[in-house]
Amino acid sequence: MRKSILWAAPTIPLLILGATGCAPEGSGGGDSAGDESITVAYQTTATYTQVDALMKKAKQDFEAANPDITVELEPIQAEENDYATKLALMQRSPDTAPDVFYEDSFRVRPDAEAGYLLALDEYLAEWEDWDTAFIDSAKQAGAGSDGKTYAVPMGTDTRALWYNKAVFEQAGLPIPWEPKTWQDVLDAAETVKAAIPDAVPFNIYSGTGMGEAASMQGFEMLLYGTDDTLYDTDEGKWVVGSQGFRDSLQFISDVYVGDLGPDVATALDSNYYQQLNGEGYPTDKVGASIDGSWIAGSWLEGGPAPWPEWSDVMGVTPMPTQDGQDPGATSMSGGWTLAVGSGSGNPDAAFEFVSTALNKDNSLSYNVNASQVPVRSDVAEDPAFTGSSPVSGFFSDLVEVTHYRPTTSDYAEISGSIQQAMEAVMTGEQSVEEAAAAYDEAVTSLVGEDNVLRG
Amino acid sequence: MTTTPARPLREDGPPTVRPAPSSGRPVPRGRAARRAIPLAPAVVLLLLFMLGPVLWSIWGSFTNASLSGRAASEPRFVGLDNYVALLSDPDFPNAVWLTVVFLIVSAVIGQNFLGLGLALLTATAPKIVRSIVATTVVTAWVLPEIVAAFACYAFFSSDGTLNTLTASVGLEPVEWLFAYPLASVILANIWRGTAFSMMIYEAALNDVAPEITEAAVIDGAGGWKRLIFVTIPMIRNSISTNLMLITLQTLSVFTLIFVMTSGGPNQRSSTLPLFAYAEAFGLGKIGYGTAIATVMLLIGAVFSFLYIRVLKPGDTA
Repeated sequence: MRKSILWAAPTIPLLILGATGCAPEGSGGGDSAGDESITVAYQTTATYTQVDALMKKAKQDFEAANPDITVELEPIQAEENDYATKLALMQRSPDTAPDVFYEDSFRVRPDAEAGYLLALDEYLAEWEDWDTAFIDSAKQAGAGSDGKTYAVPMGTDTRALWYNKAVFEQAGLPIPWEPKTWQDVLDAAETVKAAIPDAVPFNIYSGTGMGEAASMQGFEMLLYGTDDTLYDTDEGKWVVGSQGFRDSLQFISDVYVGDLGPDVATALDSNYYQQLNGEGYPTDKVGASIDGSWIAGSWLEGGPAPWPEWSDVMGVTPMPTQDGQDPGATSMSGGWTLAVGSGSGNPDAAFEFVSTALNKDNSLSYNVNASQVPVRSDVAEDPAFTGSSPVSGFFSDLVEVTHYRPTTSDYAEISGSIQQAMEAVMTGEQSVEEAAAAYDEAVTSLVGEDNVLRG
Repeated sequence: MTTTPARPLREDGPPTVRPAPSSGRPVPRGRAARRAIPLAPAVVLLLLFMLGPVLWSIWGSFTNASLSGRAASEPRFVGLDNYVALLSDPDFPNAVWLTVVFLIVSAVIGQNFLGLGLALLTATAPKIVRSIVATTVVTAWVLPEIVAAFACYAFFSSDGTLNTLTASVGLEPVEWLFAYPLASVILANIWRGTAFSMMIYEAALNDVAPEITEAAVIDGAGGWKRLIFVTIPMIRNSISTNLMLITLQTLSVFTLIFVMTSGGPNQRSSTLPLFAYAEAFGLGKIGYGTAIATVMLLIGAVFSFLYIRVLKPGDTA
């Protein structure tokens, strides 16, 4: 009897580990690429189906041109953060790594450093469109830290204030709405709150539940409109302790603690985005919101939440800088790309698939359906694009005042720290000063004292 | 009043079939070796699939391995850096504290006592009551964890069952998952896990010979005294086994919390598995995440050691 207990001791850690299963290997599934097939992985959600449509079309085109090669589509049903995790895990093993995949531009550099991506320069040199059609500044989206190009951009995006004209009219606010400072935005929210108690006066994504959307559509849309920045590109250092950072957190606090935003529990639910897009805007339950150029995509005919009246109801206006300082407006840009896996068994076919998916016709229909800002000049000039949506010109013009996120490999973690600071402030758990100090500490311990700059 | 300790009672109990003492006839060496042969594949598999990941994880906790970036292709040995960073990470003591509270309240107190109580109640109840209670409790246990988690989410969420119930008696709705995240996941874990303790204790109580209980009754012991001085000492082995198993199960609860609260808001329900997941997969810090997993392993070992020392299961000498 005694003996069996002694035996139990070494098996205890095994039980725990067996139960937690923290080994990332063996995620299984998916064929390794043979000569006759290539696999294509991409994200899809209930409200974001445009990439799925693009991939299905590209598969058809590609298989018609290459009858001996099959394209296996692997749609991954997940929100943004989970998709990135799942993709990174698939890339770790040659058995599961897809040949072609959909990749957020800010992950291109770290993933290239990790050796997951194939350098495409040789292929791009032979692809005429790359030289003639793709806009030079957009090509940076796929560049690695070694100067090689690892991914082909599909489109870019900008962000601005969306507002519901019906709600604004009811609240007696002017249409078109043209806020010049942050205070104008908050004042409008106060007016909506007073007039229509059951609407969300103003929405700004915030907190860890919203992931990168909170950092980019939320915090950075504020910070890049102050005199400070997140990262000093010239020095190659992260900025901590800046007034702009504290002011941005104060804005979040004004919105959430001041009851001008959605209730905190709802805003922290990671499904909030879908709820807002599918219900919030169309049922006149939201006054104004900072959101991306693409959100109209889901309201188009054939989209996941068709709303034909959206162009009459929804207005857009640029996000003002903090005190209206030059250039008066601000925006953030990102965008997604298609990349080829470094372990692809058939890189030629994989690249050909990429060039098929992003040729003029397919780019055009994707940019229109997903309300993207084109990265191909021929698409941007095409009447089919310019006439596709009443806001396409507005969002393309914002490219002039837009900012890009730092493309260093530690951005993803720093973005996580921003979300934590936002969450601490919006729930009232920490004051603005405390949350900013916690962020400074997190960044300093992450990148090291030598890589930070006191603002 | 007889406050008879457990040991004599056990010896008075029904005779159990015991194997002949091994000292009587030493087993020849060759035979022991032959007996070990059929075990070999199992041992090899155990080493490969259980010990392998454990060692990999411990090794990983000494590297800066990550999900992306240069450290993904060429992880570097960083010694104790991850553990040092862990000690200065303000989220870490929070996660340890939440884990211990979650373990003690939901498993050691909740599941264990509720399971024992249900087993004692149903032991004397009519068969029909017994089967109704058993079916109800076991249903929660046989549900796949993800289904149970969604059920709990639906129960506690702002427009969920609980608020509908409280509204019917005129109470204001409460954002349970937001205002009381830890309490919600603790209740969910008790609901889900109690059946296991109940079944263990039912089996153990069935093994308590009725003669002993009757003898205690004749000696004048009341309900509580019988429970504390007769029944509990006799099922001590089962208590220890049960505590150990539910502790290890609860230590590794992930899906339930992830679906209900994702560890939030503000890390207020971020137990160690959630914390490890967020660091390893959310932020891509695999090395750091495995260091957290190693700490969990130690916590499990400490609890198991305590149960073995304090309750001394199997100690019949």
